Amino acid sequence: MALSGMRGLSVFISDIRNCQNKEQERLRVDKELGNVRTRFKNEKGLTPYEKKKYVWKMLYIYMLGYDVDFGHMEAVSLISAPKYPEKQVGYIVTSCLLNENHDFLRLAINTVRNDIIGRNETFQCLALTLVGNIGGREFAESLAPDVQKLLISSSCRPLVRKKAALCLLRLFRKNPDVVNVDGWSDRMAQLLDERDFGVLTSCMSLLVALVASNHEAYWSCLPKCVKVLERLARNQDIPQEYTYYGIPSPWLQVKTMRSLQYFPTIEDPSTRRSLFEVLQRILMGTDVVKNVNKNNASHAVLFEALALVMHLDAEKEMMSQCVALLGKFIAVREPNIRYLGLENMTRMLMVTDVQDIIKRHQAQIITSLKDPDISIRRRALDLLYGMCDVSNAKDIVEELLQYLSTAEFVMREELSLKIAILAEKFAPDLSWYVDVILQLIDKAGDFVSDDIWFRVVQFVTNNEDLQPYAALKSREYLDKPAIHETMVKVSSYILGEYSHLLARRPGCSPKEIFSLIHEKLPTVSTSTIPILLSTYAKILMHTQPPDPELQNQILAIFRKYESCIDAEIQQRAVEYLELSKKGAALMDVLAEMPKFPERQSSLIKKAEDTEADTAEQSAIRLRTQQQTSNALAVTDQPSANGTLPVSHLGLVKVPSMTNADRNLADQRESEPDGTLTVVDPQPPSVPSPDVLGDLLGPLAIEGPQPAATLPAHNLSSGVGIAPNAEDALALAPIEEQTATVQPIGNIAERFQALVLKDSGILYEDPYIQIGTKAEWRAHHGRLVLFLGNKNTAPLVSVQALILPPSHLRIELSLVPETIPPRAQVQCPLEVVNLRPSRDVAVLDFSYNFGAQLVNVKLRLPAILNKFLQPITVSAEEFFPQWRSLSGPPLKLQEVVRGVRPMSLLEMTNLFNSLRLMVCPGLDPNANNLVASTTFYSDSTRAMLCLVRIETDPADRTQLRMTVASGDPTLTFELKEFIKEQLIIIPTAPTAAAPPVPQPTSSSPPVSDPGALLAGLL
Amino acid sequence: MIHFVLLISRQGKVRLTKWYSPYSQKERTKVIRELSGMILTRGPKLCNFVEWRGYKVVYKRYASLYFCMCIDQEDNELEVLEIIHHFVEILDRYFGSVCELDLIFNFHKAYYILDELVIAGELQESSKKTVARLIAAQDSLVEAAKEEASSLSNIIAQATK
Repeated sequence: MALSGMRGLSVFISDIRNCQNKEQERLRVDKELGNVRTRFKNEKGLTPYEKKKYVWKMLYIYMLGYDVDFGHMEAVSLISAPKYPEKQVGYIVTSCLLNENHDFLRLAINTVRNDIIGRNETFQCLALTLVGNIGGREFAESLAPDVQKLLISSSCRPLVRKKAALCLLRLFRKNPDVVNVDGWSDRMAQLLDERDFGVLTSCMSLLVALVASNHEAYWSCLPKCVKVLERLARNQDIPQEYTYYGIPSPWLQVKTMRSLQYFPTIEDPSTRRSLFEVLQRILMGTDVVKNVNKNNASHAVLFEALALVMHLDAEKEMMSQCVALLGKFIAVREPNIRYLGLENMTRMLMVTDVQDIIKRHQAQIITSLKDPDISIRRRALDLLYGMCDVSNAKDIVEELLQYLSTAEFVMREELSLKIAILAEKFAPDLSWYVDVILQLIDKAGDFVSDDIWFRVVQFVTNNEDLQPYAALKSREYLDKPAIHETMVKVSSYILGEYSHLLARRPGCSPKEIFSLIHEKLPTVSTSTIPILLSTYAKILMHTQPPDPELQNQILAIFRKYESCIDAEIQQRAVEYLELSKKGAALMDVLAEMPKFPERQSSLIKKAEDTEADTAEQSAIRLRTQQQTSNALAVTDQPSANGTLPVSHLGLVKVPSMTNADRNLADQRESEPDGTLTVVDPQPPSVPSPDVLGDLLGPLAIEGPQPAATLPAHNLSSGVGIAPNAEDALALAPIEEQTATVQPIGNIAERFQALVLKDSGILYEDPYIQIGTKAEWRAHHGRLVLFLGNKNTAPLVSVQALILPPSHLRIELSLVPETIPPRAQVQCPLEVVNLRPSRDVAVLDFSYNFGAQLVNVKLRLPAILNKFLQPITVSAEEFFPQWRSLSGPPLKLQEVVRGVRPMSLLEMTNLFNSLRLMVCPGLDPNANNLVASTTFYSDSTRAMLCLVRIETDPADRTQLRMTVASGDPTLTFELKEFIKEQLIIIPTAPTAAAPPVPQPTSSSPPVSDPGALLAGLL
Repeated sequence: MIHFVLLISRQGKVRLTKWYSPYSQKERTKVIRELSGMILTRGPKLCNFVEWRGYKVVYKRYASLYFCMCIDQEDNELEVLEIIHHFVEILDRYFGSVCELDLIFNFHKAYYILDELVIAGELQESSKKTVARLIAAQDSLVEAAKEEASSLSNIIAQATK
């Protein structure tokens, strides 16, 4: 079939096909693009037919993967053609070339609307299809009522109404407010009585989206869905054309069952009974047949029925029937069914307690881990991970370790993490745990993060029984020829601490251990050398009676590194050398590390964080938490060292610590800001809080960290060693008795990120996560707060108060007092900008969790730059404006110093993300930037702002800035705002500045400007 | 929902793309490149699903063409697999045993048909007969307009003779 009449297009396609290579093709495409471009330029001469032809050519070229950056206008303009053939092409090509964010699309809204409300059915179809496929928010707001009218109209034919249903679905996804729940729920129920299957299928998709967001409103649809399903399952009164390989519309069946899964339960007994009959019929009556398509379709229905049964948590008999079916599926030859069997078994694990039945299939699942298909292997891995518990951990982890050697690169990282987590959660005994992790490091060292080996060290330190074993194992691994650097780190750490426990074994004398470790030194990177130096110091200390030869050797190494260029290495070398002269004090300082306080594994936490927060998954988490092995519980038994509440810095213990001090410290540690009494012989050398803050970055173990411990670290670092990643491990917080809830992540950083983008996390602590998502239009804004309860217990007495600065009008919708477990509530805020100001609104947020009252004051990212609208200006527009704003107060200039150094490109990016559009080429000097934007507020309306930055390539820390606008306040505020952004250091130290939530009694911390402001307000 | 539909030939040539979620041109190119790399290299007896960036891509090979649809992780894979087959059957009925060449030279038809089948990433019509009827109606509208135009130009030609 030739392209009816469009010879030019066919010829072009043939030409392309005849091209011998990519280069020829490009030439031909370029030629054609040039041709189309010139034809479009003098549009007058184009007949509708030609226009159509060229637009098709553009789409074809676009499909081939070439950039087509012109002609969009022509495609869009065809939409308003009066005749069907042109209009059709316009609609199709537009919806292929553009996406919802495209500006040209806005131009078409009116034409599209006219087609929708017009009388021409075919035009309505075209318009609804376009809006359904690429309509954005603006379409949603202006077209939703018209589309709804078409959908419920009795005079429209099905071909229009089914399109209207899906079009409305799209608009609802873009803006849920366009469907008014009160008015629509009855309508929706009526729509389910629809006789036409096309319309019914489309409506069912719409219903799925509606109930997913609010099932409460659509209860009345539930019995109707069951009716539809009954009719389909019994094959009653289904037109022949709506059966697919003899199955009554499998798609409609699937969608109907999907919508039922969003209702929590089915209360009405007779509806429930009917539904279960249908489900039973599907579960029992689905056979494997020869025809692939029939098989797929019937199994699509079957798997959806399984999901529905799982959701309704039926009588146990049906559940075991499901598991039996799945058990059959994972062993069949058909790969699709095998894949889905594994996937659904994993889902099943999450919703009900069927683990024991699933365990019977363990062997088969392990076989799937060796399947040739990576998709199936992934499913098997997930399932094994989910079904692992104390009883089968050994088998499963061993299988995974074996698989690790052959797994493809893309899977290794995930695999390593899963092995580490399972080993930790379900270890039947500790020596096994150590074995697994060491094997893991050995096989996939690159994928073993620091967290993992830190954790091993913690367990070994806290369990005396384990120490000799761990030391022995470490020694064995060190004997191997080429080992991973992480292995060097962990084994030398362990040997440093505990090799003296092996001293009597052959090959384990201090000297031998030392030379074994020292062999590795030339092969390791600078981050490992400090660990080795500490190990040497420990070996030196443990060698009793002293061995002069070994001593000389080690001291020589320290001397060698005394002048090392790496500050960390140098400091350790110097300090150990000095300490070694102190005799008895050395023993004290380098004594064995005290036990770590118990805390949640950062690994498990990480894994939990990455898991999507669905209620289903929380169920599995709950289950696994209950069954976690307690072999690894870090007990609080008193150790030889006692639990030292101070300065777990590095491997070093503070020497002059007396018992009295210790008691004093013990008493004080519960005071939130009590400085711990650490007698420090030397003044602090390194610590400015900032440095410490940065170094604390890689803090491995995320226990809630009382800020109170920080001063102690600072004080003692004179003796100790500046913390690095390895020390961070040792920076153990003292028993957490303090009532402060610590935020996760840095609040200031999070805020800074939100200055540049419109959605993200504003605040997070162990109990709650507050996210925001904002949309800004001119001087109006809508900011939604997402309050997510991370726990399995409710958060109560939730209060959110907005303290707006005078230039913003903010309305906060009602905040519920209680957030149910693992639920997320949304609180929209309407913001109106009255006049230019860079003051910041503050959210005063508090809640109770258990007995704890948490109160935080958070700056809201409703700030000056959100009311900017970037705009490109040409040279002709820019210069007259620039000149007309001649001087203060409309145009202000300032030399800014202390600017965070960045390249011009970085600065351009920063400006663009601040919505100041950098206009390249306007300033003749390449070192300068010119940017333009429009500011919107109620008092100024739209106001053009122009900015010029002159940078000094020789000194990136200073620049001259000129800001101009038609309003003096705006000019000043914008100038100050940009200045703040340029000077601000976005990577604010994590630990140093404590913008932490305080117990309500205390005053807000001074370092957070937002909180400070709140205090003033 | 279906986020996009791709038709790729065994040589990696794109025969049709339809995006129901907003992707920029750059992202589109990247997605196509990534997925052709993943899917075209898969062996024959593997399952029809590929996990990709938190999504699933359901694909099926027909002769030299791969039909791919990207869906959410929790969507019903087999259902979508049969949407693909449904689409192919409709193409087959329209072209009369469809082959790659049909889709190359009549790519616009493939777009029309897809638009009658899927909107907003959801199945719109599951009856082959209905889709065929609607497409035929569209074709005749175009034909009618063409005849009208040619008769009009005849009249003009006559009048200006």
